[in-house]
Amino acid sequence: MMAKKVLVKGVEAIALGALEGGCQCYFGYPITPQNEIPEIMAIELPKRGGVFLQAESETSAINMVLGASAVGARVMTSSSSPGISLMSEGFSYLIALELPCVVVNVMRGGPGLGGIEASQGDYFQAVKAPGHGDGRFLVLAPYSCSEAYQLTAKAFELADKYRNPVMILSDAILGQMKEPLLLKSLKIKTYPKEDWALTGAMGRPSRVIKSLFLDSKELAERNLRLKRKYRAMEKEIRYEAIFSGEERVIAVAFGSIARICKEAVLNLREKGYEVGFFRPITLFPFPGKALLNMAERSLGKVSLVVFELNCGQMIEDVKLSLCGRAEAISRYYPPSILPFPEDIEKELKKCLKSSGFPKV
Amino acid sequence: MPEVFRFPKSLKKTLFHYCPGCHHSIIHRLLCEVIDELGIRERTIGLASIGCSCFLYFYIDVDILEAPHGRSCSVGTGIKRARPDLVVFTYQGDGDFAAIGLGDSLHAASRGENITAIMINNTVYGMTGGQVSPTTLLFQKTTTTPYGRDPKKEGYPLKVAEILAGFEGVAFCARGAVNTPQRVLEAKKLLRRAFEIQLRGLGFSYLEFLSACPINWKMDPISATRYVDKLAETFPIKVFKDQLSEGKNEA
Repeated sequence: MMAKKVLVKGVEAIALGALEGGCQCYFGYPITPQNEIPEIMAIELPKRGGVFLQAESETSAINMVLGASAVGARVMTSSSSPGISLMSEGFSYLIALELPCVVVNVMRGGPGLGGIEASQGDYFQAVKAPGHGDGRFLVLAPYSCSEAYQLTAKAFELADKYRNPVMILSDAILGQMKEPLLLKSLKIKTYPKEDWALTGAMGRPSRVIKSLFLDSKELAERNLRLKRKYRAMEKEIRYEAIFSGEERVIAVAFGSIARICKEAVLNLREKGYEVGFFRPITLFPFPGKALLNMAERSLGKVSLVVFELNCGQMIEDVKLSLCGRAEAISRYYPPSILPFPEDIEKELKKCLKSSGFPKV
Repeated sequence: MPEVFRFPKSLKKTLFHYCPGCHHSIIHRLLCEVIDELGIRERTIGLASIGCSCFLYFYIDVDILEAPHGRSCSVGTGIKRARPDLVVFTYQGDGDFAAIGLGDSLHAASRGENITAIMINNTVYGMTGGQVSPTTLLFQKTTTTPYGRDPKKEGYPLKVAEILAGFEGVAFCARGAVNTPQRVLEAKKLLRRAFEIQLRGLGFSYLEFLSACPINWKMDPISATRYVDKLAETFPIKVFKDQLSEGKNEA
């Protein structure tokens, strides 16, 4: 059968991806710009024998996710920046309890109530510290509707595989723009949960899922185990690169601004400019080795220009990855300042011209 | 000879860590007896909350999940919605249920989530050292009301059972105590009824126990046990609502 083609918003693509990924339960609380996700789930999940419940707050929603995950359900929530902050205690517990779930953040401008225009201001929160303590999320950043669909479906598999929350980091532009989407059926793996989920102590000793470890040795071991898990997640690293080795300047970006950058880079390359493109798709684990490889493989001196819809966050990961072996500079756009591809082209040309870039 | 007494199957054979005179251990045991008698051990999920009783899993031999502070009713909602065939109970203190978790608790009750919530009301934060809680009695001294709870400053004791009894989603709402042998027997009946309500799918069942905290009340165990009568003056011991006795059999 031919896959159906639909015209959908990014947030709709996320909801459809979640259904394709086998999502059984959704708990959430309304917040712009992602309300289409709960609205679609409210229609679709009951039809499939699933569960939809609108909670009284994001705090409650994430704890409902926690409960459903502990008994083995494929479960998700979605929100936008301020709501994600409210969930962060729950995130920390989910990580500590090693419970899988999918969390969607359709980022809006901040800090505080901010605004509802696109932003990538939650990069640090997503990749460095989703909650208190030393825990991480596996973070996937789509840049199109079809990628949002595919990555959201895949997120359920990865969450189960690593028994860890997986975040889809999107933003208001990606969420609200419409694109054609091919509803391909995807092969999403399932993992057995009988060996850890709480299902009642039938024919086996009772089980406890907890995160309190007052014995400091036990707690240290637990943290190290989580660390090994984050290492293992490096197998999942994904990125997109346009690179031949001849480039002198490489634009680095993720999410919606990566889309703008890619167009600018392709335009410039067509005109013969030596510019490349690098787009991390997994933000954690960060494709730092690939980035360093690219810098080292380039023939001469290469400069990386990191474009972000915030005041400069991913630039820090890029610099760390490069170990000082190439120059990285930041071009940043706080909420409501959105560059066109021509603006990016201008920036890249400027960078090509000057040998020593003004450091930000 | 007929068997009249036995160690509950659902109670782990270990010593309680609770302070001398604490009522948690009595309530734990009653809970285990009821779980055994209803034959639900193999499909019960308990929710350990934050406070002294977060160590529920050391004593009660069912599958147990540790919930974040105040969130047991939301976590329980997630479990029960995903697996309605499981029996879910929360075990929370007054700080957990009625302070930080009041929103979660009230909304779960209002939705009529088919779970059993047990609140142990000892009027103080036990584990953190006896601070004022929403249920602290008027003029009661705690470490953060060293001059006594002043209604002008800390307001009035929050009467959770009285609030929940008015909720349509609540099928069972009662307050008990375990400070006399008679009340222990009554408490077991209340526990049994709360679970029966859940097993019949009637809605939210809420059960509050007035409980002694001798260490933080700065009393010896016997005085603390007697002091529970003083709590009962503010928090009357009674069944506020029981839809099963009101003739409702199925949801």
